Amino acid sequence: MANFSTNEFKGGLKFMLDGDPCSILENELVKPGKGQAFNRVKYRNLKTGRVNERTFKSNESVEGADVTDIDLEYSYTDGEFWYFMDPVTFEQHAADANAIADCKKWLKEQYVYTVTLWNGTPLLVSPPNFVNLAVTETDPGLKGDTAGTGGKPATLETGAVVRVPLFMNVGDVLRIDTRSGEYVERAKDI
Amino acid sequence: MENNWRPTADIDTLKKRAQFLADVRLFFAQHNVLEVETPILSAAAPTAPYLTSFVTGYQPLSGSSKQHYYLQTSPEFAMKRLLAAGSGSIYQIAHVFRNGEQGRLHSPEFTMLEWYRPELSLHQLMDEINALLQQVFGFEPIIRLSYRGVFEFLFKFNVLTCSDDDIIACAKERIGGLPPDLDLDRDGWLALLMSHVIEPKLADLNMPLFIYDFPASQAQLAKVIQDNAGNDVAARFELYIDGVELANGYDELLDANELQRRFESDNQQRKTLGLDQMPIDVNLLAAMISGLPNCTGVAVGMDRLMMLALDKRQIVDVQSFSFERV
Repeated sequence: MANFSTNEFKGGLKFMLDGDPCSILENELVKPGKGQAFNRVKYRNLKTGRVNERTFKSNESVEGADVTDIDLEYSYTDGEFWYFMDPVTFEQHAADANAIADCKKWLKEQYVYTVTLWNGTPLLVSPPNFVNLAVTETDPGLKGDTAGTGGKPATLETGAVVRVPLFMNVGDVLRIDTRSGEYVERAKDI
Repeated sequence: MENNWRPTADIDTLKKRAQFLADVRLFFAQHNVLEVETPILSAAAPTAPYLTSFVTGYQPLSGSSKQHYYLQTSPEFAMKRLLAAGSGSIYQIAHVFRNGEQGRLHSPEFTMLEWYRPELSLHQLMDEINALLQQVFGFEPIIRLSYRGVFEFLFKFNVLTCSDDDIIACAKERIGGLPPDLDLDRDGWLALLMSHVIEPKLADLNMPLFIYDFPASQAQLAKVIQDNAGNDVAARFELYIDGVELANGYDELLDANELQRRFESDNQQRKTLGLDQMPIDVNLLAAMISGLPNCTGVAVGMDRLMMLALDKRQIVDVQSFSFERV
């Protein structure tokens, strides 16, 4: 990979830091009038997801990280790996539990996920902002309660548990916002 | 990019910018400060090691020799020659150039407001800035703290008398993510504490602040005086608003020999750092030998000032065209 000097730093640049691939969130030139220049960088470690700060001398350079985002369709899991397929080339990628992390509870066959590849290997799997999932377990629905006051827990087909209005029943398909993990509305179909 | 022909500031902002400039000129007319213009090109350049001048070449119509000229990093040297020639109080709104400096708060070309006051003490000059910023730009009154006071308040040590190790330990404790091999001198560590710890705290303070009486080693072109505790300090101040460094003021050094020593020591440091030697401004030295009146002076970054006054995020938001679109 190419090297990047501090004057090429900008939001979104993927680089290697202490052996981990990272992505720049914010880059600020720090330079008092007649003083030495530094770049103060806020970055996300793409392996751990943690956000941190680092100060670079303005003549430093970093190694670029071979990190790309691609959209892949989820196929199946064998318990150890989760398999995703490129819908165009049919190429398969296997993501381990670290890469799946919190996305596990939103994984549904044939849905398209953004997979971040590092040196060709899945590093991170991100769900779409909204997914439609069926309710597999919840208390019986209360007829007449359409106002959605209070609510109750419901288990979805992926195993995720969300709060839903009282009138929902097993088999109902719900639209879920994966960023907040909250129920949005009843969906017409899957 | 197909949109690169467009200005980075919107037209409404440019109208406000024009009004600010007109109001600044009115302010100085009312205070009997003369507007001057000085050349942007100079045969000499500042020697400060971490200040990089743009350099260009003069090509006579006949002949092949090319002579280096530097774009001013501030109009300071030429304005001091005017002061030595008896101009009295003067101000200038000038484009200045600093190579390599680009960021949210930096632009390689920006507008500087600089003025000199032979009649005013450093604190009287701060009064005048306070008046200008309240009347023209609508800022709150500016409070004042000494450099020593700021460090005592935040870090509980006397920055003028403590050891280098105290400063380094404080910086390493308070600033995460520093390069492990970072090797700086005392002033370098102090600057780092200023930019990484103090400035963010000043941003939270939500009050414009003058910091005055800097360590003598950071005198730049200011006199070295003694503070009330008998410590040598630089008769200098900086102005911070929302944690942004906006202005740098001096009780101007008058001693030509001392200035020459500082120029030469800068060039020596440049050599150590592997940087080009800068031609020393002999005209400025001659003007000072002829006699620079006792005076104070200040340089204000106009783009930053207008950015803050108009609540913008970055200086290109108040510049007609950013450096990327010139």
